[in-house]
Amino acid sequence: MREAAEPSSRAGRLTAAPAILMLFAWMIVPLVMTLYFSTQYYNLLYPGRTKFVGLENFTYFFTYPSFLTSIVNTLLLVGSVLVITVVFGVLISVLVDAKFPGQGIVRMLLISPFFIMPTVSALVWKNLLMNPVSGLFAWVFQLVGLTPINWFSDWPLLSIILIVAWEWLPFAILIFVTSLQSMDQEQKEAAQMDGATPVAIFRHLTLPHLARPIAVVVMVESIFLLNVFAEIFTTTGGGPGDATTNLPFLIFTQALLEFDVGAASAGGLVAVVLANLVAVFLLRLIGKSLTHA
Amino acid sequence: MPDLNKRRQLTETVRAICAWLVALLLFFPIFWMVLTSFKTELGAFSMPPSFLFTPTLENYREILERNNYLHFALNSLLTSGGATLLGMLVSVPAAYAFAFHPGERTQGTLMWMLSTKMLPGVGVLVPIYLLARFTGLLDTRFLLIIVFALVNLPIMVWMIYTYFRDIPRDILEAARMDGATTAQEIYRVLLPVSRGGLASTALLALILNWNEAFWSLNLTTTQAAPLSALVASFSSPEGLFWARLSAISTLACAPILVLGWGSQKQLVRGLTFGAVK
Repeated sequence: MREAAEPSSRAGRLTAAPAILMLFAWMIVPLVMTLYFSTQYYNLLYPGRTKFVGLENFTYFFTYPSFLTSIVNTLLLVGSVLVITVVFGVLISVLVDAKFPGQGIVRMLLISPFFIMPTVSALVWKNLLMNPVSGLFAWVFQLVGLTPINWFSDWPLLSIILIVAWEWLPFAILIFVTSLQSMDQEQKEAAQMDGATPVAIFRHLTLPHLARPIAVVVMVESIFLLNVFAEIFTTTGGGPGDATTNLPFLIFTQALLEFDVGAASAGGLVAVVLANLVAVFLLRLIGKSLTHA
Repeated sequence: MPDLNKRRQLTETVRAICAWLVALLLFFPIFWMVLTSFKTELGAFSMPPSFLFTPTLENYREILERNNYLHFALNSLLTSGGATLLGMLVSVPAAYAFAFHPGERTQGTLMWMLSTKMLPGVGVLVPIYLLARFTGLLDTRFLLIIVFALVNLPIMVWMIYTYFRDIPRDILEAARMDGATTAQEIYRVLLPVSRGGLASTALLALILNWNEAFWSLNLTTTQAAPLSALVASFSSPEGLFWARLSAISTLACAPILVLGWGSQKQLVRGLTFGAVK
């Protein structure tokens, strides 16, 4: 049997090799370069004056006034969008789960924002909806006698959170609706017969059933939300001040606006460490259920 | 009893109305974008906003004539299409190995692949940018194709692996008994039975590539810039033409929206690696 298994596992190694090698290079080459640059004084404006500076870039980056703000902004953005999308995602999915006229169209409308380009959704929200003078929200506020909100100056981070949540809520709905379809209907009917209230059914049957999909949504969204960039780039440019600067955006400004490769590399490593902390935590949480599905 | 039925019917109606309201509310920004694209620039700015107006195709005509839309659309098509193709070429064999020849390290390798997706783009932006500049690949479609393919490779491998895992192994073993080589096994037996799964993987990759903005914005200027970068150029003060912005956005999003609608069922499976059914 051993001999028989030998050629097949060789075939396995050979066919998997390109993907593994490519991904490995994609990961390790830039990472090693980042590691190297992070110990160098390296500004693209003065390419000749490169020199080893030890951990100076890290101390510079860590003591940079915007650094702490950017970490807090990153976590606030990821956290609030996760909460909004999971809570409203569950509620809306339960709402559209039962049969009603036009259910198919309703679901299509609900998931649509997920397919809109981030740059497009950011600009549409900024200019057509949230503009304080001629945006639609301003008009609605005036209609009911309120002063229009100057979204991006007065509530910059909240504005970004709303846009990103709008993009990701459909994803949560998509997953939860699919999961609800596989729920045990007999169990639900039996509970109803026994006089269980809808709230009790929701708490004791629906929520436990949604536990795994919720974990999946949290994991997939975290991957993407830690890297939110286009929405900030096209709306606030990180401002006003550093009010909407998250870690990706801070590193972007260091690297491509101030050309400080050393500091940007140090920041990049911080981002990698942060992402890995989240990744390890999440993979521990649900990794098993993914591979043993 | 009839009373109970009546109450039930009422809750059903209320529920349907609520569902429709929520759906229309969430869809509204897209509807508003499409509506604005048919207004004049003046009409797009007007307060109170106009819901009833004579639609004009002026914005669309202008985009096609002046904004070089087709250049960017072609870039989007070539880069996202090329990256999808490259991704499929590499991920199908890998998924085949993981699904049908699993070893002790297969689970670990799969998890490692997923973890590279968590590697933040900014963490490696500087070296990729410098490498691209050094090799003269900055602002080329070739570079975007490679980067898009690598960024989405983990998800593609996972998706295809998820589909392959459900295929009975006997089918492949029977082919092997008949003397099929590994390549024949994949192309003659595996691909035909998993056509649907492969199509939805390619579709998802296409959607992700088409909408990608981080790498497009940082690695291109004009030559290779796709639609997502063109739209972003409207964020500058001199680019403030709302009606035209809406028209470009509508054109940029329409194909992906239609693809997305058509493939929502498969997307769930793919995006959650089969963990949600």
